[in-house]
Amino acid sequence: MTPEEVAQRIPTYQAINWNHIEDDKDLEVWNRLTTNFWLPEKVPLSNDLQSWANLTEDEREVSMKVFAGLTLLDTIQGTIGALKLIPDSLTLHEEAVLSNIVFMEAVHAKSYSSIFSTLASTEAIDNIFRWTREEPTLQYKAHEIIKHYEGDDPQKRKIASVMLESFLFYSGFYWPMYLSSQARLTNTADLIRLIIRDEAIHGYYIGYKYQRNMENETPERAAELKEFTYDMLQDLYDNEVAYTHDIYDPLGLSEDVKKFLHYNANKALMNMGYEPMFPDSLTDVNPAILSALSPNSDENHDFFSGSGSSYVIGAKEETQDDDWDF
Amino acid sequence: MTTQVQDRSFVKSPESQDLVETNAKLIYFSSVSGYTHRFVEKLDFKDEYVSRLPLITREPTLYAREPFVLMLPTYGAGKGPGVVPKQVIKFLNVKNNRELIQGVIAAGNTNFYDAYCLAGDIISAKTNVPLMYRFELMGTPTDVTKVREGLDAFWQQHSLNKN
Repeated sequence: MTPEEVAQRIPTYQAINWNHIEDDKDLEVWNRLTTNFWLPEKVPLSNDLQSWANLTEDEREVSMKVFAGLTLLDTIQGTIGALKLIPDSLTLHEEAVLSNIVFMEAVHAKSYSSIFSTLASTEAIDNIFRWTREEPTLQYKAHEIIKHYEGDDPQKRKIASVMLESFLFYSGFYWPMYLSSQARLTNTADLIRLIIRDEAIHGYYIGYKYQRNMENETPERAAELKEFTYDMLQDLYDNEVAYTHDIYDPLGLSEDVKKFLHYNANKALMNMGYEPMFPDSLTDVNPAILSALSPNSDENHDFFSGSGSSYVIGAKEETQDDDWDF
Repeated sequence: MTTQVQDRSFVKSPESQDLVETNAKLIYFSSVSGYTHRFVEKLDFKDEYVSRLPLITREPTLYAREPFVLMLPTYGAGKGPGVVPKQVIKFLNVKNNRELIQGVIAAGNTNFYDAYCLAGDIISAKTNVPLMYRFELMGTPTDVTKVREGLDAFWQQHSLNKN
């Protein structure tokens, strides 16, 4: 065949051109994700061995379950979820960003294995992986998410993805934040915080693309998807409550975990451009947990309430005009 | 479309362009994802009360005529360059704007660890004005009420002090 004949017979393939960006968010998120790249080997997990030895048996069991549950979710996201989102991309750059997300989910899933192999015996690890296959609430959420990943609605795939990234992880993330607030398993918590940081960007980006796609939907369809989102979240929430009780009741922490769930459910909704579902009275997360998540979150930055007299401006930086060229 | 090559000089010397004057008391930046913009919409202030910084860096930035509060998001983790959006740096490169800024309100996400609302801290330190309030993503109803009432009271107090 001559080149002309080839050109007539096959579709035209496009080469990705990073010098022509259709959506600035693609480049911005790509830059952020690649800047944030990390591997579990850089976190000195073995420094937690002493701390691990001092956990009670119940606490160790909670740890194993939590990390196994998180492994399952990250496995789904890396091997099914983010991959299924790629064909729905609006731009070639979006495909590239999603390929980064796919890889990082594999890094996350592998990180939990690093935690396990550092802290637990082979037998304990095998038992806990068996548990993930047998725990009904864990299998339920996996099933509900994958159902939509494999369905035929691209928008529902994105909803499922944001639910997983911005909501379902948090019943598990609570635990290392809790331990970290008591200066226990602090290296493990450092590793989890790297995962939390990535997931926040993933949820934000996929939620943003969901909203971009929504611009082309009819009002009826938009209303249907909104209702679907709240229904799905409610259903997953009910299951998370059961999962939370299963795991945390032995330590009496379930009510505290649920506040964290409400708080993160609201953030998942906001990532998709929807209003929060849980009122403030249910999202008053334990300050120790918030502070483990973000050390400056508990500082007094409400200048508006009270007289303002308690408010102190941070150390002033002397600035020159050219300081602003940063 | 991005044309990054050109942006630099306009960021550095914004006054080489014809700046857009504004009397707004709340000036804000929001990217195309629009979370901060949605928060501002929920505040339900009069149109002349608020002004959004241009999305595209090479467009002329705003020139404040009145004292104002700046609102901006911090998108990601990491403490290196890029925490404060270029569009905001360009705006604050106008000396007059730095002289009129009264406070900062920052949006962010606690998942970004110590970078939560970091752009607010940076601007607060550099301009010596208070970081007045922080909220996450597009804010809860409580955040909206607190900022709306807080800003109203702040401006009332401000005009009393002036007279």
